Amino acid sequence: MTPAPRPPSAAARWEHFPHGADIGLRGFGATPEEAFEQAAYALTAAVTSTDVAPKIAVEISCEAPDAELLLVEWLNGIIYEMAVRRMLFGAFSVRIVGDRLEGTLSGEAVDAARHAPASEPKGATYTALKVARDDAGVWSAACVVDV
Amino acid sequence: MDPERLTRIDQVAWRIEPHGAMRVPGVIFADEHLIRAMDDKVFEQTVNVASLPGIVQACYVMPDAHWGYGFPIGGVAAFDPERGGVVSAGGVGFDVSCGVRTIVTRLDSKDVMRRQERIADSLESQIPAGVGSKGKIALEPGEMEAMLQGGALWAVEQGFGEPADLERIEENGRMEGARPDFVSDRAKERQREEMGTLGSGNHYLEVQAVEEILEPATAAAFGLRRGEVVVTIHCGSRGLGHQIAAEFAKEMVVAAESSAIQLPDRELACAPIDSEIGQRYLGAMRAAVNCALANREILSHHARRVFRHYFPDARLPLLYDVSHNTCKVETHLVDGERRRLFVHRKGATRALGPGHESLPEALRPFGQPVLIGGSMGTESYVLAGEAGAETRSFASACHGAGRAMSRHAALRRWNGRQIVDDLAARGVLIRSPSSRGVAEEAPEAYKDVTAVVMAAEKAGLARRVARLRPLICIKG
Repeated sequence: MTPAPRPPSAAARWEHFPHGADIGLRGFGATPEEAFEQAAYALTAAVTSTDVAPKIAVEISCEAPDAELLLVEWLNGIIYEMAVRRMLFGAFSVRIVGDRLEGTLSGEAVDAARHAPASEPKGATYTALKVARDDAGVWSAACVVDV
Repeated sequence: MDPERLTRIDQVAWRIEPHGAMRVPGVIFADEHLIRAMDDKVFEQTVNVASLPGIVQACYVMPDAHWGYGFPIGGVAAFDPERGGVVSAGGVGFDVSCGVRTIVTRLDSKDVMRRQERIADSLESQIPAGVGSKGKIALEPGEMEAMLQGGALWAVEQGFGEPADLERIEENGRMEGARPDFVSDRAKERQREEMGTLGSGNHYLEVQAVEEILEPATAAAFGLRRGEVVVTIHCGSRGLGHQIAAEFAKEMVVAAESSAIQLPDRELACAPIDSEIGQRYLGAMRAAVNCALANREILSHHARRVFRHYFPDARLPLLYDVSHNTCKVETHLVDGERRRLFVHRKGATRALGPGHESLPEALRPFGQPVLIGGSMGTESYVLAGEAGAETRSFASACHGAGRAMSRHAALRRWNGRQIVDDLAARGVLIRSPSSRGVAEEAPEAYKDVTAVVMAAEKAGLARRVARLRPLICIKG
């Protein structure tokens, strides 16, 4: 059963930013959890420009000593599930308690013809890695992904 | 990069003078045009690498350098375990032992071009490529251990390659010191169905024609003749290497931050060579090297089957297989003393000169083949290592064209369909599941590969032997 995603806040959005050989991801949100979820949408968008249906839910968990390493672990957890399940994910839900993250990914099997995947993420990196809150209270979560 | 920040040594060598925490200088091999086009991040990352414990002589930077992860892509650095030297997961990179191999077909390009469409279609159907693709072999646990220990030798023993290939692969196709027990279950699971897959991004299988011979005697020894066809594969250790890199990078960062190692950049995740983590990483990384060597051997097997279908008498020997993301134990002369060093090459190719004892007899008088991938639609080069590279760059040369533009920018500028059509009009067939992927890999998003290899030649790192022109390119 796929959990109902929480409604996005006004701050929720994502973007890609340039890196020499690879691709930068940045998620924004009202909370660190939402910024992490938006960064995950940016990861999927680095692979496909097509919508991904949230048909199958996968639970993952990870931990790290600080928020930035936790972002890398979260994205690497998604990359791992994409690789071993041969799936793409189109909906994300994150819960963070202390140094531990629990996440739900919802997606579908890769359909090469429909999704036309442009690149295969190898791993999230520590390059341009930043989790921060701006003066307006908006959280951002960013790093470069090696593709 | 502003040349004013550098000390010019000669036409193609520049020095970053030691300053701040730098323990050795940086030395960049490039002409002035390449220097001016080079990302400032290359300067910053070279300074950071030159500051790591136990680094020896200099941090060298190849002409195709660009912004990498901790290390610049195109960076070479050697560390001495006797002087507190480190091994860096970031310095080897995510795609452990990513590399290039070239198979000689001895077929005339006119014969191949007559069947160009059919060969392209067959290769596309036989080479698993892109996100979601599966290899034709699923490895059970015992087989996984054997593959991680055996490398290309394992692949040959399984019938996915030819015994004569082995002496044409670095480490004779099998890296010693692999420790599959240091590879996590997650890394093994990620690889289970990925053997013999090409991957995505800048990886490719290309059918190429030898367009120009630049050094006839060496080209003859390499089996390269003008007008004949070769097959080149660019690929690495797939999911297993990516997973190992991600896991050890985190472990090394956390360990470094709780120890005395000051990391100027978390991406420079490293550990003392003699530490427990350092040794575990080296064992796992060597297993990933074997995975890459086995993977390229299996991909070659698939490509050979296609060629033998159309040309049953084709011999298809391997010219050479090089890895350009590695850490190898090598002996080099430093300050008049032979020292055992851990040489990291991130986006740089080992380039042994003529006479080197590690080279097979047939190649020894000429130097190691150095295979330089271009970009889809542009030329590639075969070089030969120069003896002088030993003292100039720990026997290293460039690895490819190097990106000049981000994927982001490429996607805004080009349309994949248009690129495929334009290349087809020039006689190059592209087969890729993703039009967007083709746009991101647009030939003009890369540096001029000729300028890169000319700089490597002028710097005395490697000599140009032959120039190759693409006929068919399979992209993931």
